[in-house]
Amino acid sequence: MTTTEFTPAAAPLAEKLLGSAREILARYPAGRERSALLPLLHLVQTEEGHVSPAGVAFCAEVLGINKAQVGAVATFYTMYKRRPTGEYLVSVCTNTLCNVLGGQEVYDTLTEHLGVGHDETTPDGRITLEHAECLAACDYAPVVTVNYDFTVDQATPESAVALVDSLTAGERPTPARGARICSLKEMQYQLAGFADPREGAVGDGVAGAPTLRGVRLAEQHGIAVAGFDPDTPITKTKPSPREESAEKPGKVAGVVQAATAAVKAVAGKVEERRHAGRTTDTGDVKDPEVRTAEQRNPTMATPDRTGTTEATQPPAETPAERAGVAANAPAGDGKPAGDSTRGESIVSQGTEEQK
Amino acid sequence: MTQPRPEVLQKLTPVLTKRWLSPDAWQIGVYERLDGYQAVRKALDVHPDDLIQLIKDSGLRGRGGAGFPTGLKWGFIPQGDGKPHYLVINADEGEPGTCKDLPLMTYDPHSLVEGAIIASYAIRANRAFIYIRGEAVHAARRLRNAVKEAYAAGYLGENILGSGFDLELVVHSGAGAYICGEETALLDSLEGFRGQPRLRPPFPAIAGLYASPTVVNNVGTIASVPYIVLGGADWWKSMGTEKSAGPMIYSLSGRVVNPGQYECGLGITLRELIELAGGMQPGHNLKFWTPGGSSTPLLTAEHIDTAMDFEGVAAAGSILGTTAMQIFSDQDCPVYNTWRWLEFYHHESCGKCTPCREGNYWMVRTYRRILAGHGTVADLDTLQDTADNIFGRSFCGLGDGAATPVVSTLKWFRDDYLGYIEGRTAPRLSEKSLVGAH
Repeated sequence: MTTTEFTPAAAPLAEKLLGSAREILARYPAGRERSALLPLLHLVQTEEGHVSPAGVAFCAEVLGINKAQVGAVATFYTMYKRRPTGEYLVSVCTNTLCNVLGGQEVYDTLTEHLGVGHDETTPDGRITLEHAECLAACDYAPVVTVNYDFTVDQATPESAVALVDSLTAGERPTPARGARICSLKEMQYQLAGFADPREGAVGDGVAGAPTLRGVRLAEQHGIAVAGFDPDTPITKTKPSPREESAEKPGKVAGVVQAATAAVKAVAGKVEERRHAGRTTDTGDVKDPEVRTAEQRNPTMATPDRTGTTEATQPPAETPAERAGVAANAPAGDGKPAGDSTRGESIVSQGTEEQK
Repeated sequence: MTQPRPEVLQKLTPVLTKRWLSPDAWQIGVYERLDGYQAVRKALDVHPDDLIQLIKDSGLRGRGGAGFPTGLKWGFIPQGDGKPHYLVINADEGEPGTCKDLPLMTYDPHSLVEGAIIASYAIRANRAFIYIRGEAVHAARRLRNAVKEAYAAGYLGENILGSGFDLELVVHSGAGAYICGEETALLDSLEGFRGQPRLRPPFPAIAGLYASPTVVNNVGTIASVPYIVLGGADWWKSMGTEKSAGPMIYSLSGRVVNPGQYECGLGITLRELIELAGGMQPGHNLKFWTPGGSSTPLLTAEHIDTAMDFEGVAAAGSILGTTAMQIFSDQDCPVYNTWRWLEFYHHESCGKCTPCREGNYWMVRTYRRILAGHGTVADLDTLQDTADNIFGRSFCGLGDGAATPVVSTLKWFRDDYLGYIEGRTAPRLSEKSLVGAH
């Protein structure tokens, strides 16, 4: 078995992150590893604090796509930072509602106090400041978050300055409604889809008064919705799959079981869990670009694309690759079959290594 | 602050928000003690088609803004087609003013997980994704924990509760793009691409995630499902109106005494909601408000008795949207507010289609000029013309949403614009912000 190789640009990150990357890839259906790109970019930021060229190379090589494809995605989303960030990201909402209730004043005060502008970091590397769009807490306006956790509600210039002073002094104040503060890099690990490793952090923070206002009002006045009976029967016109299989023991019957059986028939033994929900390999082999091109001009045999339209299929080296190639007919757009067999092989190698 | 009258208090319908009162309801043990995971047991005992019929009978409509009948959407999924089906839950809450899904996922995450299991079973999906907004870190933390607990308890994974039904549920964090709340952009983003909307048809029910039949539902919609399964369609319809059934979480923010979440039957009026929220703040008189986020046409004080259901708000010329009601007073300037919303739409435009990308770019500049005191009367025609060329001509609803506050403020508050142009109102922006605007 060959181990996965990386170019020198991506190798240092691969050494640290490949194990986590494998776990991320395994969350998505086999052959659909590209779905892991957003979490992978978050993962890269756990090491570097931003998406560097090395980070782009790492994502590209894990997924078997090119760096331009990764770069196109990384530059589209606000949360992928293109320059090094500080230990804490302080975001002030300046969208309309927070803005008129004082958010703009809070932001302007912080800019002056810290001497940095939007998306800039203080010289000591502690704080990156940004003005944010609606953070979905308008009933607490204006809001300030630290690493996206709600830290100061109904912020004033004074309370915001107190917050950044405390962060600058190396303290970690308790957020109003979020979990205890961690570093931005640690937060990226959670954004990549991993559980918060800090004991008890998931339980931090209680609901504020605005959140509970309506339901508390109802409680105080003894108001409840009448007529709720959890045993209200559901009208049955057909036997449920469970009942059907109970009637015919030994036989797999009913739609759900049939679908499950189909899944298992297709799925490889090694990766049965990963294939759940994937009843067939046909029908979902095209990437959105190709689909769009075909929709625009359904009669066109080959979608318009720059560069060569000739299929250049790399030789399949691993069993997983061969399986991927067999399962994915070329999309007719000059791309290698499946586009992401690399991702699939990386996952299967991880599975083999565990044995 | 005056107490709300008893007949107004009776309009409160604590259903989805009820568990928020229990501080530990995010833990599976507490959730189970509060009727949790009873609905999934009940649902797995009936045929998926009967579940779809139940949701149709309940009259449940999408809580993400458009109000599409949920049962009908589920029924669109072709069955026996040999393709995998997917459930994708849109938790990319980002519409300005909207703040109902984040508390739900933070304080009652299992209700969403339970709803996801039932919905997946109904549409025969063995894989479901919750696409949660990247910035919603605490909600995601609680949700991931809930999913982990649900797997450990046998509510997720293979052969759920011995029913033979399998489900994998993944919580997928976005990365800060408002456009990904648009369902086809969300699907592209979930597939690992830039979040840009797709041309429809085909609709997601036919070719959604990985070109397979997909249901995309809002958090509030899916979280409603367990209650309907337990209480039945008739009980659900005892709340709300005939065509807009059920409870809805109204998010009040801005110039009221007690901003917050108020769950009431659909069809309540703003006047009643303001009463529940303790009235307007002292010294503030209602001037304009959004019925459901900034992408819905603004309404004014004269619409205070509009029924807040899908039909009532439509009759008033707006959209119910996400029932994110941002309430502004005579001390707020509709021109300034609209400018700030446009800065948002300009920033969030994905760039795929020309009307939205270019139109927002130029409208923002026109607003800056007006607010800096350099506007002309012709600018108002330019704004109207640009907005008309965005509305209905852009690829997705983001463009329509951007044109909306422009058109509605020009309609209701033309004099506020003229105030800046004729020098009656002091400029709100400095010369500095005009660089490149000429």
